Amino acid sequence: MRHRLKHLNKWVAFMLIGLTLLLSGCSELTVLDPKGPVAESQRDLILYALIFMLGIVVVVFTLFTIMVVKYRDKPNRKAEYKPDLHGNRKLETIWTIIPVMIVTALSIPTISTIFDLEKPPEPSAEQGPLVIHATAADWKWFFSYPEQGIETVNYLHIPTDRAIEFRLSSADSMQALWIPALGGQKYNMAGMHTTLYLQADEPGVYQGRNSNFNGEGFAEQTFKVHAENSSDFQDWVESTQNTAPELTQDQYDALLEPGIVDTMAFSSTHLEWVDHGTKEGMDYSIERHRAEFAEQLHLENGENHEHGPSEKEGGQ
Amino acid sequence: MNASEENSKPLEYQTEQGQMNIVGFWIFLAAEMALFGTLFATYAVLFGRTADSPAPGELFEPGIAIVMTLILLTSSFTGGLAINDMRRGSVKGMMTWLLITLALGLTFLGFEIYEFYHYATEGATLQSSAYWSAFFVLTGTHGLHVTFGIGWLILLLIQLAKRGITSVTSNKLFIFGLYWHYLDVIWIFIFTGVYLLGMVI
Amino acid sequence: MQLDEFFVTGEPLIYAGMVAITLVTGAIIFLLTYFKKWKWLWREWLTTVDHKKIGIMYILSALAMLFRAGTDALMMRTQLAFPDMNFLNAQHYNEIFTTHGTIMIFFMAMPFLIGLMNIVVPLQIGARDFAFPYVNALSFWSFFFGAMLFNVSFVIGGAPDAGWTSYTPLAGDVMSPDPGQNFYLLALQLSGIGTLATGINLMVTILKMRAPGMTMFKMPIFTWSTFITSFIIVFAFPILTVALALMTIDRIFGSHFFTLAGEGLPMMWANLFWMWGHPEVYIVILPAFGIFSEVIATFAKKQLFGYTVMVWSIIIIAGLSFLVWVHHFFTMGAGAFVNSIFSVTTMAIAVPTGVKIFNWLATLYKSRIRTTTAMMWALAFIPSFTIGGITGVMLGMAAADYQFHNSYFLIAHFHYVLIAGTVFGCFAGLVYWYPKMFGHKLNERIGKWSFWLFVIGFHITFLPQYFLGLDGMPRRVFHIVPEWLPLNPISTVGAFSMGLGFAVFVYNIYYSYRHSEREQTGDSWDGRTLEWATPTPVPEYNFAVVPHVTSHDAYWNMKQKGETVYDESKVEPIHMPNSTGQPFIMSAIMFFACFALVFEWIWLAVAGLIGTIVMMIIRSFDYNKGHHIDADEIKRTERSARGL
Repeated sequence: MRHRLKHLNKWVAFMLIGLTLLLSGCSELTVLDPKGPVAESQRDLILYALIFMLGIVVVVFTLFTIMVVKYRDKPNRKAEYKPDLHGNRKLETIWTIIPVMIVTALSIPTISTIFDLEKPPEPSAEQGPLVIHATAADWKWFFSYPEQGIETVNYLHIPTDRAIEFRLSSADSMQALWIPALGGQKYNMAGMHTTLYLQADEPGVYQGRNSNFNGEGFAEQTFKVHAENSSDFQDWVESTQNTAPELTQDQYDALLEPGIVDTMAFSSTHLEWVDHGTKEGMDYSIERHRAEFAEQLHLENGENHEHGPSEKEGGQ
Repeated sequence: MNASEENSKPLEYQTEQGQMNIVGFWIFLAAEMALFGTLFATYAVLFGRTADSPAPGELFEPGIAIVMTLILLTSSFTGGLAINDMRRGSVKGMMTWLLITLALGLTFLGFEIYEFYHYATEGATLQSSAYWSAFFVLTGTHGLHVTFGIGWLILLLIQLAKRGITSVTSNKLFIFGLYWHYLDVIWIFIFTGVYLLGMVI
Repeated sequence: MQLDEFFVTGEPLIYAGMVAITLVTGAIIFLLTYFKKWKWLWREWLTTVDHKKIGIMYILSALAMLFRAGTDALMMRTQLAFPDMNFLNAQHYNEIFTTHGTIMIFFMAMPFLIGLMNIVVPLQIGARDFAFPYVNALSFWSFFFGAMLFNVSFVIGGAPDAGWTSYTPLAGDVMSPDPGQNFYLLALQLSGIGTLATGINLMVTILKMRAPGMTMFKMPIFTWSTFITSFIIVFAFPILTVALALMTIDRIFGSHFFTLAGEGLPMMWANLFWMWGHPEVYIVILPAFGIFSEVIATFAKKQLFGYTVMVWSIIIIAGLSFLVWVHHFFTMGAGAFVNSIFSVTTMAIAVPTGVKIFNWLATLYKSRIRTTTAMMWALAFIPSFTIGGITGVMLGMAAADYQFHNSYFLIAHFHYVLIAGTVFGCFAGLVYWYPKMFGHKLNERIGKWSFWLFVIGFHITFLPQYFLGLDGMPRRVFHIVPEWLPLNPISTVGAFSMGLGFAVFVYNIYYSYRHSEREQTGDSWDGRTLEWATPTPVPEYNFAVVPHVTSHDAYWNMKQKGETVYDESKVEPIHMPNSTGQPFIMSAIMFFACFALVFEWIWLAVAGLIGTIVMMIIRSFDYNKGHHIDADEIKRTERSARGL
């Protein structure tokens, strides 16, 4: 099934790219231009659905146009007029069964994709997924690499061709990790862990963000994802381990204060003393910053931090 | 519908407005079911989330809960007897049963207040934890309904004393009866779902 | 509390709002006094229990709210088209999208539709009023005061800023300590009580007050959709009541339902909110479906195609509406199995909805379409709503939804269904029933101008947003990156066109009041259902003689057979309820109590509660039975209205 779908999708993709070029003024839309297997399977599903949807639109719009043009009341109209046409069992059955068939046709790949996305994508290299704890806090991101013993703030480095297992949680409000080029989002919530698998196949810099509204600094809560081949990634890990300072609990607590901070790197992780994804850790931040949560930032556009791709991050 | 048919119906159903009042109240009770259903679901979801406060099993006393249940069941029964006397046209009998119902309702309420007070002294209040918030709001909403019912019944007793059993007062009292039985049903769920399960788990 | 904490300070836009409110209120008071209309206002409107007048008040309030929330929308669009102008800062933007969403759903869409139901349903079923006219007045006033409570928030205390969905813990007392969120909770609670009461009222009215001969499957389709909507209201609104109450208790009395402390469960709010919220979507769309069915059948001059199937599809949609709430947060990580189930139930809604679309198209087949303004709104609905519907199915596919969620794709989708469905439906219904309400039609030429401005503007606004979503633009951001710039100003242009369309619509109300021809008969459009059998303006008692019904196009069939509903020999005295100021006063007291609770002035709130209870006691002892209109008076009224 999946195999056959892929072929079908190439054809659809072709058709759809034509359509998007036509409609959107030719820019590549991020979601339809995937850079990894997860985003690709979602793109395929979207395009697959779009054929059916376009089919429905064509049918409804055509029928609609015919009806309105042909049966409009005007002088010298020739079309038939049957005011007592009250229904037709056969027709109504047909247009009940057709939607049922369409919904079935959409359900099968949807369900199989849903289940696929709960597993790491098949890695090209022979290794398990890289675990990264992505902790969201108003309005910043902490990325902890427990195996490597490093932590970054507001930027992310990942190796290409290897599945990334994000363990998501939040220090305070409900947020969501979304890197549209690599795949769909999932919520970060305090007091629980959610798992999101993503993978990059192409090296590059991608935009990531919190997509779930969480107050004043929401629009600024973005980060960049640097996807690089495994040896570059390894170099980056080692240099961070060697040059970045250790993260102290005091410093971490200060960082949790609601606000916007720059990119940073550390050679240890906050997981040593708190995991916000557990019941014990869920009120860690509000216990410390209750007063600060009440304050306003008075944020305006253009005075915050750089949104475009930048070369230097984490002071390196 | 002709006149003789109308008269064969119980008094509370005899006017068209009376019938509509009863239908409307049944629908209202359906909405109340959704309301309590939501509260029960909330309670179930928050079960066990006691944080640093005592667990329900440590505080619940089976004796009080059983006594409260018996009181409320009895009041429901006496409320039914009052409607029975209403059908027989006995204002006095009806008043008596309603006063007993009222007294039982007040006793139930007294027990509930004592119970809440007792838990508060043991360190379980609305603010203690998610579980206790859910407990107090679920049982408290039922308690508020009982309080409201008591106030309502007092008003109806005054009207009954002033006007006797008419198509209007009988309609009002019949509807009150529905409400009172309904509170009993909710309490059965609270008794089993909150107290019995709380003591077992 | 200091005065400068009570009033919102430091924002030029809000100062302008304060000045505008003061001026408008002053002008209204002046005009009422100048023309000595206070007594008239109190007697004819504030104390009325007449369903027709209450309906008109609902619709006028809804139009005012559409103006308020539409202004919010234009401000957002201005900010996004020119992000460097810093028209709005982040905080202000957050407040505005919150009030935009909340007002549009609670204080525009629902009251607009409930207003139409108020006016039309009793007339369609041959009833003289609602089952409980007093409760109906109470419903309206509690909605009205709820709306007022919500609207004062932006000048007093500060507007809510946690989104119309108010997800916890963001909306909790730690992260939103200002009174704004309390305004949200209490205003919705106050108006929600009214909505629930209306739901019960309409159900009883439809169940018990139908004209003789009108079995359930001979009811007009709008009455059917109202009945099913009421059913959804009765089972969904209590969930909202509980959710709002729990959050209020969390914020004011320190409980831990949705908090991070005390092992609360913030995500439970999302569940409760959407367990009400998804049925709510159908509360605002099903009545619109009913309106379209009526309008299309009337102006196609043809029976509705597949009446029975249309009714059953409404029932099935209503049932499914309770089984899909998880699709609002597929991304919460409930697991593949749960998401699969809810994906399938969500997509299943497309089946009955698709059937309805095809039945409407089949109604047009071999018909004779008159392209009046009302019909054009209904016709525009079909293709526009189809686009909204199919993108809804795409959102229902959970795996794809991970990419659509929280993005402009979602924004585009729900505006496509809510505007093309609900708003077009409200406009179609208002234009269609307008002569019944006010005794004259709306001007057709101006009406078409407003139609084209609004509909074209609508597509220009929201079609680009699908592409913005696919390009990764999330909702609720107050500034954008350069890649999203070209499509955003286009969208803004469309929004202003919609605003212009609305302004023309309102101007049309004024213009038609001055210049339209007055209606001579009650049957303005060659209608099919019983409301057109009454004279215009409709007398207080609606029907002098209650008609006997034989089909769902009752009046059409009567006209075919040359029958009339009015038979002078059958006129009898009619019993009507008395006007009363109690609902107004009681709602005003509840408004006072809620306002006090917003600022956590507990004792004032308790005083308000006691006042409310006193009003209930007064009502309990009120044995006022109403009055009778005698037969001669009825005959006189009918003769002059029917030109006999």
